[in-house]
Amino acid sequence: MTIDNVIATNRFGLGARPGELDQVAGDPKGWLAQQIKGSRPSPPEIGALPNSAAVFRVYEESRQQQQQSKREAAVADPEEAKKKFMAVRKAVAPIYLDQVAARYEIAVKSTESFRERLVHFWTNHFAVSADKPQVVALAGTLENEAIRPHLAGSFTDLLLAVESHPAMILYLDNQASIGTDSKAAKRFAHRANAEGRKLGINENLAREILELHTLGVNGGYTQADVTSFARVLTGWSIGSDRGPLAAGETGKFFFRDNAHEPGAQTVLGKRYAEDGEGQARAVLRDLAKHPATATHVATKLVRHFISDDPPPDAVTRIAKVFRDSSGQLTEVHQAVIDLAPAWRPEFAKYKTPHEFVVSTLRSVDLVPPKPQQIFASFQLLGQRPFTPGSPAGWPDTAAQWDGPDALLKRIEWAAQFGDRIGAKVKPLEVAAASLGQSLSDRTRTAISRAVSAAQGVTLLLASPEFMRR
Amino acid sequence: MLALGAAASALPRFAVADADTDARFVLVILRGALDGLAAVPPYGDSGYAGQRGQLAITALDHRLDGLFALNPAFGNLYARYQAKELVVLHAVASPYRERSHFDGQDLLENGTTNPLGKRDGWLNRVLPALPYHTRQSEKVAVALSQNVPLVLRGDERVGSWAPSQLPAADSDTLDRLADLYSSDPILANRLQSALSANDMAGGGSAMGGGTRDPLGQLDAIASAAGRLLAPANGSRIAVIELTGWDTHANQGSNEGQLFNRLQALDRGLETLRTSLGPAWSRTAIMVVTEFGRTVAVNGTRGTDHGTATCSFLVGGAVAGGRVVADWPGLAKSSLYQGRDLQPTTDLRSVFKGVLTAHLHAKETDLNQRVFPDSSSAKAIDGLIKA
Repeated sequence: MTIDNVIATNRFGLGARPGELDQVAGDPKGWLAQQIKGSRPSPPEIGALPNSAAVFRVYEESRQQQQQSKREAAVADPEEAKKKFMAVRKAVAPIYLDQVAARYEIAVKSTESFRERLVHFWTNHFAVSADKPQVVALAGTLENEAIRPHLAGSFTDLLLAVESHPAMILYLDNQASIGTDSKAAKRFAHRANAEGRKLGINENLAREILELHTLGVNGGYTQADVTSFARVLTGWSIGSDRGPLAAGETGKFFFRDNAHEPGAQTVLGKRYAEDGEGQARAVLRDLAKHPATATHVATKLVRHFISDDPPPDAVTRIAKVFRDSSGQLTEVHQAVIDLAPAWRPEFAKYKTPHEFVVSTLRSVDLVPPKPQQIFASFQLLGQRPFTPGSPAGWPDTAAQWDGPDALLKRIEWAAQFGDRIGAKVKPLEVAAASLGQSLSDRTRTAISRAVSAAQGVTLLLASPEFMRR
Repeated sequence: MLALGAAASALPRFAVADADTDARFVLVILRGALDGLAAVPPYGDSGYAGQRGQLAITALDHRLDGLFALNPAFGNLYARYQAKELVVLHAVASPYRERSHFDGQDLLENGTTNPLGKRDGWLNRVLPALPYHTRQSEKVAVALSQNVPLVLRGDERVGSWAPSQLPAADSDTLDRLADLYSSDPILANRLQSALSANDMAGGGSAMGGGTRDPLGQLDAIASAAGRLLAPANGSRIAVIELTGWDTHANQGSNEGQLFNRLQALDRGLETLRTSLGPAWSRTAIMVVTEFGRTVAVNGTRGTDHGTATCSFLVGGAVAGGRVVADWPGLAKSSLYQGRDLQPTTDLRSVFKGVLTAHLHAKETDLNQRVFPDSSSAKAIDGLIKA
């Protein structure tokens, strides 16, 4: 008896739903392979949500109103200012919660959970964090607008979509990065109220594209490359209908020609002629095809599917497919399915809180009815959705997730979940349908001896084999 | 509280504290690269006001000497300075000279000169060399977070604790899980460590609503750290991590975003002092960050990734009331790569000074195992009261 169906649904997928192990058993690899080909219609849960431009407008309008009332009241009281700030957050908080609810409803219900895992993987690769006020409700739109549509396309298209998305531009401050010799900077310098302030570049987006999205930290770039790439990226901004920067379509990507640093730039030894918006596209296209990018992406994929210490052979293999296919993601993802070590029976990966909660909900086919309930689980376990806190994304190694207190919190959460659902399920059946042949005798015995169904569920969820994949 | 907790507390314990094992050390890691020129403005440097432009700190009530002041947010820290319990260090840096947060933090915490140099942390490696080695290590060292930061990860078991809003699991279920984990040493160890830390911190619940501000829970964390460290048989080493220092845009000066965070840090350190009670006199707290920020203001009223920055050493055991800095100056020609504050003091020298004088670690251990190949970074003497 093989456990390939358990591996396909739990290691590649997001956890087996009731009945899924049997459906997959005939052809686990074929089940995975069909998920990564072609495009999919946008899930209906997402269709009901406002897009990034709409979210941006809600945020901006609320912010303007608050500033207006602040000016009118002329408040200098910091407490009052804080309240107003929280009010701006409140305007976008319901959107954020709806996005979280939609994301996890899709994750729990999906019959293509490998594809869904890959969506999460790439969202985390191109991480933005919703703890920055402007990004609170934009983070979720990046996944839906830039990641999902490109999952079976090329890495180049994915990269271009992500770096020009409003969430990324705002998260890494590029909307206000201005070339020192640009028209906008020169005009500003002559303004009476410039007060010695100079407009200039902000390196943040350029650095993180090189370090995190493409080449990787040891990918061979220098500080000079960061600076010149930042100049190339000046002008990549967001449209707005207010203030001195009013131009473009509000909340959508907009190239501000007057903020762009004029002239050719050299990045990684190659000269890029002045081409306005196209100059950055040219650099991004070259970065996407760079061999260091292939290795960087391959290392992260292998770490995600095989082991915290990625085996070099597997990395070499995926990197080769990435290069040979010019980053065609279907081929790259297929190569991951084809890696023999990805099918080792040992569960080498410790689940993140995100994976732990999603696989739990899938095991009993439950979507908590209120968005706040879904959000609270992740909050309590230390992985609030869309808030990795840094552009590096959530860590993908056990050391960052298996702390003693984190385990206790997981057990406490499992106990609470067991209390809530115990009366409705038979724990041994849930265990068999979720873990199949990989359920250990020890865990089966413990569940069968539990004093209540609630305790049985808790023991299953907290068991070594359910904590890992 | 729990069956397992009771079993753990039945193990041998050394209730009588002596001078050697009485010292407390807290490491506070500020993730994101704190701007040292805002936290400790070198107002007396002739280049400061010009280079810093609108970000220069001009509220200088907390002057330390003719060159340096503390940020106006640091009211409590300034009182510690006046009480001679605060050493301010400046122009410090780890050996890291690139500008990636993530590599910078790894190197700061792994204690080597390479981000991938070691997979464990220097504060874990030093544990066997300390006089507490007769005690269970997870009772000696604790991370004030759900998960253990790299600096404290390694072969020695350590505890971790974070505020919880969940009801505690019942002891019968925990006993059954302990049994279920008996063939899984990793989970078994983690569970035992968690329960003993939870006992000592006084339970996890009732910490109030989780706030969105990353520093919002610092008060709860600092109080718990005090409760863990204060008892005679309590923890001796704690690590607190705080994010949100990456001020690329609109960082503010005398007030604003960074000021607010520094104020929260200042309050949190004061809470820790209060919570420690009399144990404060035997405590040294070190506040560090992975690197500093550019001297010049960037195009978005913030600062980009830089090199040297400031650091703080505060506590009743600290020989304070002074600034330790070999100041390189802010003239353009003195800057590192023409843009950053030049590092003149190796943070490892500060760590070593504290570990030897305060925790009685041996310098040979530090030079070889704890900070490999670091003999060039000599321990700084005189940081701790004799």
